[in-house]
Amino acid sequence: MGGAEFEIETRSLAKHFGDVRALDGLDLSIGRGELFGLVGPDGAGKTTALRILSGIMDPTSGEAYVAGISVNRDPEAVKDKIGYMSQRFGLYEDLTTLENLLFYADLYEVTRKERPAIIERLLGFSNLTPFKDRLAGALSGGMKQKLGLACALIHTPEILLLDEPTNGVDPVSRRDFWKILYDLLKEGVTILITTAYLDEAERCGRVGLLNEGKLIVVDTPKNIKNSLGAPMVEIATHAVRAVEKLVRPLGGVLKVTAYGDRIHVALESMDRLGGVIAVIKDNGLPVEGSREIAPSLEDMFISLVERK
Amino acid sequence: MRIARVYAIAKKEIIQIRRDPLSMAMAFLLPLILLFIFGFAITMDIKNLKTVVCDLDKSEVSRRFASDLSASGYFIIVDPSVDYQQIERIIDSGAAKIAIAIPRGFSENIRLGKPAQIQALIDGSDANTATIAAGYLSAASDMFSAKLSPRRSAPAVDPRVRVWYNEDLKSRNFIIPGLIAVIMSVIAALLTSLTIAREWERGTMEQLITTPLKTSELIIGKLIPYFLIGFIDMLVAVSVTVFVFGVELKGSLVLLLVVSAVFLFGVLSLGILVSIMTKSQLPASQIALVMTFLPAFLLSGFMISIINMPYVLQLITRIVPARYFVTIIKGIFLKGSGLSLVWFDLTLLALFGAVVFAAANMKLKKKIA
Ligand SMILES: Nc1ncnc2c1ncn2[C@@H]1O[C@H](COP(=O)(O)OP(=O)(O)OP(=O)(O)O)[C@@H](O)[C@H]1O
Ligand SMILES: [Mg+2]
Repeated sequence: MGGAEFEIETRSLAKHFGDVRALDGLDLSIGRGELFGLVGPDGAGKTTALRILSGIMDPTSGEAYVAGISVNRDPEAVKDKIGYMSQRFGLYEDLTTLENLLFYADLYEVTRKERPAIIERLLGFSNLTPFKDRLAGALSGGMKQKLGLACALIHTPEILLLDEPTNGVDPVSRRDFWKILYDLLKEGVTILITTAYLDEAERCGRVGLLNEGKLIVVDTPKNIKNSLGAPMVEIATHAVRAVEKLVRPLGGVLKVTAYGDRIHVALESMDRLGGVIAVIKDNGLPVEGSREIAPSLEDMFISLVERK
Repeated sequence: MRIARVYAIAKKEIIQIRRDPLSMAMAFLLPLILLFIFGFAITMDIKNLKTVVCDLDKSEVSRRFASDLSASGYFIIVDPSVDYQQIERIIDSGAAKIAIAIPRGFSENIRLGKPAQIQALIDGSDANTATIAAGYLSAASDMFSAKLSPRRSAPAVDPRVRVWYNEDLKSRNFIIPGLIAVIMSVIAALLTSLTIAREWERGTMEQLITTPLKTSELIIGKLIPYFLIGFIDMLVAVSVTVFVFGVELKGSLVLLLVVSAVFLFGVLSLGILVSIMTKSQLPASQIALVMTFLPAFLLSGFMISIINMPYVLQLITRIVPARYFVTIIKGIFLKGSGLSLVWFDLTLLALFGAVVFAAANMKLKKKIA
């Protein structure tokens, strides 16, 4: 039988999409009341892991237990226990805040009696009360995510599975969001959150570093950060090409990878970041933001080699 | 199965439909527009039908008959004296829609008070025009007869109309009740073909399937609003047929609505099934359209009589639900058929609905990939 001592447990969990090994033997053990961060770069398998745990995706092999229930054998039994927030906004944009909440209250069969108190509390702590009659599609990114969290909490689940819930959310809303998570933690809720950003990983109790479907290391955020070697920074910018060209030859820059609206830069140390940003700005190029992200194993390896 | 969850899905869906002008238009306006366009295309006056005449009688009376035809404004005589042998070629080439042959002895028969036959060959490839042309021709003949001998009871001129390509023409009364069936097939399947696919496309399905919601609850909850819409459409379409197109409803309205409900259940479920299988709105709507419109239009007996089809096609019509609905709706409208006559077709419709509904329930999975 599954691990009764753990709220979430996986054993050699694997998921293959053709040749792609989204998960490749994941062993995860998360205790009751933990705030666990699953951290990894794009395509590491974070979403896949959360989907399997929430019972909406069948693993190729391996086992997963949530709240002591085997997800493989009884995925439906898991659903009352968990609140899940998908990476993409999963609520109805053409329904209002309140209509979305009531809809999910109906689906989870929250009784008429407890409903008003729960909804008032959820609207209250997410600061959505003034926006309860606004269409969800018209909410800001941060408010949408808080509504998503509120809907996931409507049945007071004991486990929360949150897939990059603060992605694309402004820093203030992000802080609000984390405040809510800490409050939930005090109530004994177990939280599994995914992120690609290290500043968010640092807020977790324990962090698992995921790379190509495998856990590289599980430890406290502090230990993990110390073991990472060269820091990896994401710089958001409209002028990706120009910035990439500019940054590549700079001192202290080990590696630059360009994406659609951002570049990833491996630095000798975080002290170098200020200088790099300054150079970009001095050349009249835009910088929309910069955050330290989780490096892939490959990046860690390359930057460690290059630093020597 | 929890009624509360079914109700929650239905309520949510209704709110969404009401807030989306496009959905509203598709639900309520489109069927009406289609009914009017097709209905009037069939019943609309058609002027200046290109006509050739082969006058073998070459008499004063036969010339007067021809000139009366052209005076009516409906027929424009492009050639008043073609060769009998050429008639088929002329119709084939499309140079004329109608060829009228006035046989030798036409005026003689009229003078003797015997029925005087004329032959008409009508291009039936456009069934609507052909129907109307045949109707005009017989009306013009009646008028001509009445003018010649007002007191005779039997008409003097007896047009023997042969419609080419489409021997078995239907009158407009015959077409419009069937038209309701065709339109409702398409609309119903189209509406539901979008619903599940929309949830997948918008990413709302991923959230839905993490709840304890059962697939049957989702399907039934989604069917309810569209069933109501389909039923309202049906009532409106029947009213338009009776009050605007003047087709008499000979049979029971209640029976008609019961049959409609059974039919709607089947096609709505078919739309849902397509939506479940494709998970994407555009292909879903296209497949639903092709699966309903073509069979309903071509294989239901709505336009083309099933008896005249090749045997293989006749067999295929057996699996077209619109076929049963067209048969029943025509029977109720035109012949006043009661339950004793329609129960068999009705049972098959119900069977179709049950099978498709079961398939939809089997195919919908609360899983990604
Ligand atoms: N449904 C699917 N079909 C095929 N391949 C998939 C599917 N879902 C995920 N993958 C692949 O599996 C790998 C892991 O994807 P996953 O979405 O789990 O990563 P992630 O860590 O959530 O990444 P991101 O930061 O982009 O959200 C990727 O290579 C992805 O392309
Ligand atoms: Mg993801």
